[in-house]
Amino acid sequence: MDTSAYDILVVGGGGAGLRAAIAVAEAHPQLRVAVLSKVYPMRSHTVSAEGGAAAVIKSVDSLEAHAYDTISGGDWLCDQDAVEAFVDEAPAEMLRLEHWGCPWSREPDGHVAVRPFGGMKNQRTWFAADKTGFHLLHALFQTSLKYESIVRYDEWFVTKLLVDDGVCGGVVAIELGTGKVAHFLAKAVILATGGAGKIYPFTTNAAIKTGDGMSLAYHAGVALKDMEFVQYHPTGLPFTGILITEAARAEGGWLLNKDGYRYLQDYDLGEPTPEPVLRSMELGPRDRLSQAFVKEREQGRTIETEHGDVVYLDIRHLGKKKIDAKIPFVRELCLKYQSLDPVERMIPVRPVVHYMMGGVHTDLAGATPLPGLYAAGEVACVSINGANRLGSNSLTELLVFGARAGAAAAEYALERGNPPAKLRAGARDEERRLRRKFLEKTDGNERVADLRTEMQATMEAGAGIYRDRAGLEATAEKLGELQDRIGDIAPDDRSLTFNTELISWLELCCMLDVAESVIGSGLARRESRGAHQRTDHPQRDDESYLAHSLAYRSNGNGARIEYLPVTVTRWPPGERVYGR
Amino acid sequence: MSDSVTIEVRRYRPEQESEPCWESFEVPFRREWMVLDALNYIKDHLDGTLSYRWSCRMGVCGSCGMLVNGEPLLTCATYLEGLMPGPIRVEPLNGFPVVRDLIGDLGDFLEKLERVKPWIVREEERDVSEGEYLQTPEQLAAYKSYAMCINCMLCYSACPIYELEPHFIGPAVIALAQRYNFDSRDEGVEERMDVISQQDGIWSCTFVGECSTVCPKNVDPAGAIQRYKVRATADFMKSMVMPWAKR
Repeated sequence: MDTSAYDILVVGGGGAGLRAAIAVAEAHPQLRVAVLSKVYPMRSHTVSAEGGAAAVIKSVDSLEAHAYDTISGGDWLCDQDAVEAFVDEAPAEMLRLEHWGCPWSREPDGHVAVRPFGGMKNQRTWFAADKTGFHLLHALFQTSLKYESIVRYDEWFVTKLLVDDGVCGGVVAIELGTGKVAHFLAKAVILATGGAGKIYPFTTNAAIKTGDGMSLAYHAGVALKDMEFVQYHPTGLPFTGILITEAARAEGGWLLNKDGYRYLQDYDLGEPTPEPVLRSMELGPRDRLSQAFVKEREQGRTIETEHGDVVYLDIRHLGKKKIDAKIPFVRELCLKYQSLDPVERMIPVRPVVHYMMGGVHTDLAGATPLPGLYAAGEVACVSINGANRLGSNSLTELLVFGARAGAAAAEYALERGNPPAKLRAGARDEERRLRRKFLEKTDGNERVADLRTEMQATMEAGAGIYRDRAGLEATAEKLGELQDRIGDIAPDDRSLTFNTELISWLELCCMLDVAESVIGSGLARRESRGAHQRTDHPQRDDESYLAHSLAYRSNGNGARIEYLPVTVTRWPPGERVYGR
Repeated sequence: MSDSVTIEVRRYRPEQESEPCWESFEVPFRREWMVLDALNYIKDHLDGTLSYRWSCRMGVCGSCGMLVNGEPLLTCATYLEGLMPGPIRVEPLNGFPVVRDLIGDLGDFLEKLERVKPWIVREEERDVSEGEYLQTPEQLAAYKSYAMCINCMLCYSACPIYELEPHFIGPAVIALAQRYNFDSRDEGVEERMDVISQQDGIWSCTFVGECSTVCPKNVDPAGAIQRYKVRATADFMKSMVMPWAKR
């Protein structure tokens, strides 16, 4: 196996990675593409996305409206040139998926159907019932199989970016099955590893969402942008954290407190009506809904359960027929994981960590400041999501910016010579590091699972829906302690064959980096905007903070924070108005 | 009900044992726990060397299929409560070479999947600027159930033919081939029929229907295989009666 003979490496086999790989293969079949993923691609977390993907296709809608919804939803932290490119290219990307077989739900006449979604003033969310991410991922994965220039390395974990003279020229990765450590040299590398929800204890994210790509870039000196903006989705099942899609509210579901009262009317989100109204009440943006939950809890109007306080999501009035037609997965998940039938009973829900608005700093082409390194999807921050992502923009984002990153990386690769052979030494260094720090380590007192649990707890305590300086500082201190203690790990497993404990340790190292950047950025931003709510700085402050945070790794001292002004094109910062 | 339960796990660590063996762990019983939660408890608190795959723990990524008390199941969707008082036996799925502990090698499935061209095949691809292919809800319904396959491999594990005839292309791959064959946008049915016809295994399938019974997503691979056979037989008859006709 010659692992060095590639033009482009894609790290991650989810929606963004596969879209990027296909973009390269379609435009430049002569370029050799390798997709490295720590799981088989169809296991990637894109699979869990439920509600849909936004793109303007109906005549009543407009690109301006999609852009405005996205920018106001993001509390004016989005780069507006990026948003304009995004909404403009979204429809063609969705149609491409249609041509590749994605089973989009349809109108009776055969046209693609759209549904309403939170924070959107028109219906523009394409959906495949409520397993949109699943169908999108499988359509991309199966389509990717037809391109001979795409080679997959399934179940390989990338541990390091290879950088020479300020240029990224490959990666080092470990094959899970054999423990083999190998270098992969390439002219360009695209990170598409997704988010990092597992830095928190209660998340919709799959076990694999550990911020690996963010950490790889951070260690290579690339900034992580806007990391303090962590999205809590308002409706997760207690205990499991399984997401109940926003589509449940878009189809007409209500959020009720313990008195059966649609409490969102008390939070400047509009008046309750029997039928859903766009950009109003239950169709407000996720940050505002999750914040309203906390306020209700403070007022004692939530319901206590053994798995935390909850409110109710009531979809009974939609009736069985509509539930089975439009949101069957909601029913399946409730029956299987909550042992209740939402046709007959209300669903207990609470806010749950769902999405990282921040990520690896890229430009509109998906290029990072490190030549040869690209990023797309949740791992990246372009930024179209600003301080709060709108529901159904993330699947579209991974298509639009996956394709852009693939195209840009290909153009770059066509211009470049082969990376220097001396980078190969990086694999030997990594192999030695893994042996020394884990596989051959005989002392130590710490367990991976314990440190992970402590990290998750301190993140929730210090960087939850509401934050303040004292809490953030306490978490920063705790993270520093955990960074020290991870050096004292006591491995149980020294095997080279599918050593999942080794992978868990590598993932924990990544998560500690990501957590550090979240806290550093959160401490520095002394304002409240979107998902970053500082009780000690409750106002938005456009004068000081209409800017992206850039978190740089600085050895052992937490993150160093710089700012980059937001790009404003046509929508000057204004008030976020919902329901009025 | 008891406050703990014994989990008996089939272990195999090729570097330390030549044959698989059983190991027992005592874990807390919790009403809301799935079998996967019990495995995670073992890994986090009792033995970090226990190896298995899992990810979404909501029944859609397809990673965590195992034999639980001999039955192929998604461990993230199987409550401990229904298996009490235990002990509960957990083994890797049948039919796949065991790499380690509960982890099987799925390379054979992926190779077979690729062979049936699981993508939209068209003589001429329409340009995106021409808009979507129209597809009515009825046309969507014609293949939708086959598109629900999460590649969890439970059907292979349950299939009596795959165990005996490893060349058999298998239930999920045939269901996925049919997923495209019945898609109104696709024109690749004959290429796929050729691929599947080369497989002797399909004719050994006796409609035991185990694959459809164990499928957690109601894909009904047995039905897909049946429909394939009907078509293949009709094609064969037609070629006998009207050898000049295109299939």
